[in-house]
Amino acid sequence: MATHSTLPGDAVQADDDAMLERLQHAAFGYFSRHWNPANGLVADTSRPDSHSSIAVVGFALSAYPVAVERGWLTREEAVLRGLAALRFFWHSDQSGTPESTGRNGFYFHFLHMDSGTRAWRSELSLIDSALLLAGMLTAAAYFDAPTPDEAELRQLADDIYRRADWRWAQHDGAAVVHGWKPESGFLNYGWEGYSEAILLYVLGLGSPTHPLTEDSFEAWTATYQWENLYGEDFLYAGPLFIHQFSHAWIDFRGIRDRFMREKRCDYFENSRRATYVQREYAIRNPRSFVGFDADCWGLSAGDGPSVKPRRVAGRRQAFYGYAARGVPWGPDDGTISGPSTLASLVFAPEIVLPAVRQLLTRVAGEEGRAVHASGVNATARAAATSAKAAGWVSEGEFGLDQGMIVLMIENFRSGLLWQLTRSCPCIGTGLRRAGFRGGWLASATRPTRA
Amino acid sequence: MRLAPSTSPYHPDAGLPRERNPNARPHGWQNPTARSPYDLLVIGAGPGGLVAARVAAAAGAQVALIEGHEIGGNCLNDGCLPSKTIIRSAQLYAEMRNAENFGVASPPEMPVDFAAAMERMRRIRVRLSRIDSAAHLTAEGVAVHFGLARFVGPDAVDVDGVRLRFKKALIATGTRAQLPEIDGLAEAGYITNEKVFNLRVPPPSVLVIGGGPLGCELAQAFARFGTRTLIAHSEPLFLPKEERDAAQMVSEALARDGVEIHLNCNVVSVRREGGGKRVKMMVEGNLSTTVVDEILTGIGRLPAVQGLDLEKAGVAYDVDAGIRVDDFLRTSNPRIYAAGDVCLEHQFTNTAEASARMAVRNALFLGRQRMSALTVPWCTYTDPQVAHVGLYVKQARELDIPVKTFTVPMHDVDRAIADGEEDGFVKIHVREGTDRILGATIVGRHAGELINHVALAMVARIGLRQLAGVVHAYPTQGDAIRQAAQACASSLASPLRAWLQRLWLRR
Repeated sequence: MATHSTLPGDAVQADDDAMLERLQHAAFGYFSRHWNPANGLVADTSRPDSHSSIAVVGFALSAYPVAVERGWLTREEAVLRGLAALRFFWHSDQSGTPESTGRNGFYFHFLHMDSGTRAWRSELSLIDSALLLAGMLTAAAYFDAPTPDEAELRQLADDIYRRADWRWAQHDGAAVVHGWKPESGFLNYGWEGYSEAILLYVLGLGSPTHPLTEDSFEAWTATYQWENLYGEDFLYAGPLFIHQFSHAWIDFRGIRDRFMREKRCDYFENSRRATYVQREYAIRNPRSFVGFDADCWGLSAGDGPSVKPRRVAGRRQAFYGYAARGVPWGPDDGTISGPSTLASLVFAPEIVLPAVRQLLTRVAGEEGRAVHASGVNATARAAATSAKAAGWVSEGEFGLDQGMIVLMIENFRSGLLWQLTRSCPCIGTGLRRAGFRGGWLASATRPTRA
Repeated sequence: MRLAPSTSPYHPDAGLPRERNPNARPHGWQNPTARSPYDLLVIGAGPGGLVAARVAAAAGAQVALIEGHEIGGNCLNDGCLPSKTIIRSAQLYAEMRNAENFGVASPPEMPVDFAAAMERMRRIRVRLSRIDSAAHLTAEGVAVHFGLARFVGPDAVDVDGVRLRFKKALIATGTRAQLPEIDGLAEAGYITNEKVFNLRVPPPSVLVIGGGPLGCELAQAFARFGTRTLIAHSEPLFLPKEERDAAQMVSEALARDGVEIHLNCNVVSVRREGGGKRVKMMVEGNLSTTVVDEILTGIGRLPAVQGLDLEKAGVAYDVDAGIRVDDFLRTSNPRIYAAGDVCLEHQFTNTAEASARMAVRNALFLGRQRMSALTVPWCTYTDPQVAHVGLYVKQARELDIPVKTFTVPMHDVDRAIADGEEDGFVKIHVREGTDRILGATIVGRHAGELINHVALAMVARIGLRQLAGVVHAYPTQGDAIRQAAQACASSLASPLRAWLQRLWLRR
């Protein structure tokens, strides 16, 4: 497979591809270690007794084609893993009761690994359902052989996608609600501003059965803020993951909706600028955290230290545990999200590769530890460790992080996921109904009437 | 979450009955003999009514000013000004606690003297009311009548049995506290923003219901006085009008001060229990219970239209939206105008005063000034403050105006860094491709002061690029505005000129 190379010559080092292969392969290992063969569900984290996150299942389904291409999994094994998950979701309890798996074609955010029923009184999550469906559609696009198993996988993916009643999620106005709970109904989260939801809208608008109305996308984008910050003009969102998630599946290079036409930009270029804003923030390091610099940056949602407040640069600093960290308004407690830094690879390899190389040296003896861990924090050093220790490192691994590493490295190396979704008629339809024009979309196949 | 009812001396009625401010309502005041008809009759002596009466009297009009309670209105007596004095005291306690952040040793002990802070507030209230005393107004030619006004016809009111006729009238009665409908609240007891300033002893714990500006300000102040403070707000973010980043910063600031935050939360019932109040709260279907010593609510406001017999004057109104006025502030009775909170969406002192001036000009001097042309900045005095003027981005986008925001974090402003006041930002919104300022939001220790610069530029129609040429005193926090202006000037710089400059340098 050819290396995707749009890099300035000196940014790439000879061993980069080997380094990326190691990181990507190691990340994929998560999906082999933490899945349940009985129902295809994948654990949210590697920690003991973790429940399954439906979003992580979506990442796993998208990672199986990568594993086949890279020779880490046989095609047959990958199909069986995908089928296990798709069969489970198709036959799951859609009654919407507190012990079910979902309703209206959507699913609760967290499910019990064994039974697949709702865990933690979690919400029926629209965005996480969208990530799951994206994984199903990706797998269906890749496994195109005329074998009974692959045909069943494709049929199930189509059935499950068609079952989702997107119109139901337009409960309060045109924009999509964040979620729903059996105990209290629709959630009121004030889901405003640019977010990772662009994928959700594309899938919802592309549905052949219960599509979102066309005004949904405009209603959502009305809350966008185009800002000039640190010298970059960009569609603002604080945490890195927001600028990345939809790009794991959709190739936004050169295609533009109304907003991006007005701004003479596209979402891919926007994510590149957002990556630079993250780096600029770390260079400024307004709260004087240990280690932040031009090659150590990346604030995103993830795990962080839950230790007692301590004095940092003369002031009292609290530590936030799991939080959606962002720039420039925080929350910021000195925690870097290594997986998010790496996932910006497609956008700005010239600054990501040096940052990744530095992360690799962070934990002595475990090369990829600081890249795969959800967070690292050199400020919140445990009191007992020496000043030279790497600092706090999040325990274990998170499935979302490993999924993003696998998909974004693959998009950098080969663009595989982008090619697969380009061939999904519903993605093209969804993008067009959201107002996207130009680029690859101009020549993409339009769906035939079902 | 449960706190045993405290054994502190706090009692909801521990606040003495509010002492009367001798300036705001003098003892033994005799209403003047009615002259008829008055050129302008003003109902309500809050900020709007006072300005209207003064402006009209100064122009030579015969003016009557009718006040049912005390001169000064909600702003002086129970609203912005008392709260600002309390906030100042609370801020000092917060700074003493955080003195180490500034390289200063914290005092070893820091007993909170709540009564002294309240005494200071009352002193300041009296001091501020001197200039608006009834005697002073009378000397300025305003006939001050204390009593409740009700209309008896299209051109007359009755004030405690005395009929006053007018050629033109201005209704400036403001608002009254609105109580949320919560089961058992009335029986269990609560304090409103009107009663809270009568306290002498702080409640050991307080639940603030409502996360609008006043709710957030008071919650932060109470927490800084050492009261265990909870705030329950039915929306996902505080300050629903403000942009998300600003509201989020307020939320974080409240949390830092130790306020227990309950967002998306509805208080469903209150019961008296022992010396405290047992409160049930619902968040996304999860019920939780807490016990507090006091509840502070009634922070939402409703227009004060009851008891005026507006029907008899033919003045149309709505119980929630208040008196209906056109863009010239005229009601459905062409003789009668309205100004301030009783008829406007923006319930601020500055808006009340500006609208009152406008109404007097339109009513008495054939003016055609439009309310919609007014540029009104406002500010929530939490720490950091949140100030805004003009359009929000969302409003601009809904109007199909392409908008671009120049954002300067306070952590990029030298003076804010030196002052240890880096929480905040300046965001100035312009029409894309131009330097026309559409609006701005500022968050910071002194946001209320900074927003005036932007309001000045907007009213004087000074483009943001031009502000880049205004040399600012250095180092000041206002430099954030110059930095935004500089970024705007750079982004509008002509690429051709830049190319020519490069060519020139390489010659």
